[in-house]
Amino acid sequence: MSETNVDKKVVKNQSEESRKKFDVGSWLIPIVAVLVAMLLAAILIKLQGLNPITAYKSLFKTAFGSIEGLGVTLGKSTPLVLSGLAVAVGLRAGLFNIGAQGQLLSGALAAAWAGVTFDGLPGYIHIPIALVIGAFFGSVVAGISGFLKAYRGVHEVITTIMLNSIVMAVADYLASGKLREPDQFLTRTSEIAESAKLPIYGNLPSGFFMAVVLAISIWWILGRTTSGFRIETVGRNRHAAWYAGIPVKRTVISAMLISGSIAGLGGAVETLGITYRYAPAFNLGLGFDGITIALLGRVHPIGIIPGAVLIGGMRAGAANMQFDSGVAPELVDLLMALILLLVTAPLITRFFKNSSNKSMTSGWGN
Amino acid sequence: MSALLEVTGVTKRYPGVVANDNVSLTVNAGEVVALLGENGAGKSTLLKAVFGLIKPDSGEIKIGGTPIVFGDTAGVISRGVGMVHQHFQLVPVMTVAENIILGDEPKRGIFINKKAAHDEILALSKRYGLEVDPEAVIEDLPVGMQQRVEILKALRKDVKLLILDEPTAVLTPQEIDELLSVIRKLADSGVGIVLITHKLHEVMAVADRVVVLRGGKLVGATSPKETDEAGLAQMMVGRSVVLQVNRTEAKRGAVVLEVKGLQVRDDRKILSVKGVDLSLHKGEILGVAGVEGNGQREFVEAICGMRHREAGEVLINGVATKDMHPHAVHEAGISHIPEDREKHGLVSNYSIADNLVLNQFDQTPFAKGWVRNLAEVAKNAISTVEKFDIRTPSAFNSASSLSGGNKQKVVVARELSEELPVLVAAQPTRGVDVGSIEFIHNQLISARDRGAAVLLVSAELDEILSLSDRIAVMSDGKIVAIVESKDADRNYIGRLMAGLKE
Repeated sequence: MSETNVDKKVVKNQSEESRKKFDVGSWLIPIVAVLVAMLLAAILIKLQGLNPITAYKSLFKTAFGSIEGLGVTLGKSTPLVLSGLAVAVGLRAGLFNIGAQGQLLSGALAAAWAGVTFDGLPGYIHIPIALVIGAFFGSVVAGISGFLKAYRGVHEVITTIMLNSIVMAVADYLASGKLREPDQFLTRTSEIAESAKLPIYGNLPSGFFMAVVLAISIWWILGRTTSGFRIETVGRNRHAAWYAGIPVKRTVISAMLISGSIAGLGGAVETLGITYRYAPAFNLGLGFDGITIALLGRVHPIGIIPGAVLIGGMRAGAANMQFDSGVAPELVDLLMALILLLVTAPLITRFFKNSSNKSMTSGWGN
Repeated sequence: MSALLEVTGVTKRYPGVVANDNVSLTVNAGEVVALLGENGAGKSTLLKAVFGLIKPDSGEIKIGGTPIVFGDTAGVISRGVGMVHQHFQLVPVMTVAENIILGDEPKRGIFINKKAAHDEILALSKRYGLEVDPEAVIEDLPVGMQQRVEILKALRKDVKLLILDEPTAVLTPQEIDELLSVIRKLADSGVGIVLITHKLHEVMAVADRVVVLRGGKLVGATSPKETDEAGLAQMMVGRSVVLQVNRTEAKRGAVVLEVKGLQVRDDRKILSVKGVDLSLHKGEILGVAGVEGNGQREFVEAICGMRHREAGEVLINGVATKDMHPHAVHEAGISHIPEDREKHGLVSNYSIADNLVLNQFDQTPFAKGWVRNLAEVAKNAISTVEKFDIRTPSAFNSASSLSGGNKQKVVVARELSEELPVLVAAQPTRGVDVGSIEFIHNQLISARDRGAAVLLVSAELDEILSLSDRIAVMSDGKIVAIVESKDADRNYIGRLMAGLKE
């Protein structure tokens, strides 16, 4: 009796120790990267003869200083959380999904179509339908890459990049043709029905909370379920996964489908929550920002949320910052680029440095 | 004249462990010093310190009388320290000559002077008596020859101190003999040699002095004249080790695994298993002896569903198993200790706990439906770590933090945990320290004693001889003979392995 108690205690202590994977050192990298990026950008602002402190103050005050501002920030963050999550799920399976942009676009357009077409449905049916259709199209686009990777050995970086261009062209074609707003010359769809618009609770967009719930679910799925274990194992050692009986090809495809559906959902949320229609210019770069955010969040589903909120906040505050300090809103792009640069250098090497590492010191007996 | 290498009182601490504790060591020109120690004893740390890759907490390292500077690996190399790694650092598609000159090519204008390279390599190989064909392509060469290229590569840089890291791990008995005489020849020509190995009879055969590390400390310095293999093993492990396996007579039962007319192609699509028939009985260990590269690897992989069977079939209790489906074969009743544990056996950045359930993670009790039962995984890990004596601070450390022997114990523990009717063990003790070898051998015997049919494939003839109840000799993709182990004669088997008829 007492023996089993001791046993349980040991189990608890040891496994708790293992959960301390949140070691400070590894989370310091993104934080330092952001601070250093801001410092470097401050120098550039100074060189322009402007005041970086005023600029940053205005940027963050606009983004996080009021409930209204926070609402806009979270609205901008929502598709970023989702596209970051999409990229992260891919990376967990050892896949570099550069195609979040294309998957997101297809989801945005599909959701716009659904939002316009199924007019007359009640909101609690219309919204889920539009979201699911957006996610579905995102997963179809990613699934093509997954299939080519699994069964033809084509590298996913190549196919996802190529599909980005294809989707963009097809989406433009549809938005300027079949799906164009009637009697308008702009390349855009009609505005979606009221019933398809995501509700806003006292300035706070509901889509954001949905994204957070999804991030937590993905975290749980990856860490606690057998499907998650399959994905992680394939990502870390494909050979061992195969040997252990994990269907590698199927896992690669399903990881890609999940990744694509999350990206598609990101596009759908953008359409239903912010833009209310599809127009090519609206979604520029959201999918690519996902790469930065995934890496900034250390490819951790929960870590992605603060990263996305930070970037979303900068996007939300950029216009006001220009008004207050004269610094151009493109500063945010500059910051993003610097962050990406600083955060990837140590991260990418570590993430891809698997057991196959043949450095000078490997294989020295112990 | 000062010693080639002088290590004085080197101590290196890592969090929670003293990797080197006041280690001193001298190597003089013209002598062979064997550095012995279990995995994790601190050999690696010491070597990294010698190359300036890590900074010792205290102590001093001198090469040729001058202290080395931390971080100055290039400086160490330029002072004539060379190393031949266990894993070869060769470009497989390039020729011998190209590999040897790589990084320091004789040039004519902007082009490589191939003629000069060719001549230089011939001269080099003549000088040291290491014959090679400069124009041969590396991937076509046998392992022993590839290693010779590695040695020549080091010698070309005018090496005074040559470190050989487990150089015989991948060699055939004949190649080992050749290598040992090469080592002797090099030492006689004035090169100082540090030989790291787990094989005690090699130490006895070639070393002038033996230095033993255990738990980071230098526990002994001796010479082959003063001790024997058992004495060395005891120094390494700290207790007496049974080098000879104790086993009872096999209680051979019915046929469990049947291989019929198996043909398999290797990675280059060449037929390497050329029609093998084999029956494996319950309660016996059948050892497959053979010079490496005679089809054993492909044979094992095909049995275990990891390589396409060109022809023939593999039956368990009369039922044919699926081709190219390792998990289905496992389900049908084969446990497999894979030859390449880093590639197939482990996910190195997973915890030991996850690695221990890698092939059962979705079965009860480790999962309830879709959800993993991490408490059960943890419980299993803690009891297995204890039962299999896996040396680690916690069962939740990553597998990559383990030494080779302990990694192998993780694989063995996992594969034996299910008590399946067949166990296929491929090179189960390669690169594993003496203490772990003894442990793994006992595990194989006890698997046999509980009624498993064990197929043991090993390049170590001694391992085959001491464990097997029957011995099959494989040569050129065929089983050329099967003998009862009590009738087995070392020389006879050696000749069969070499492809001689009688």
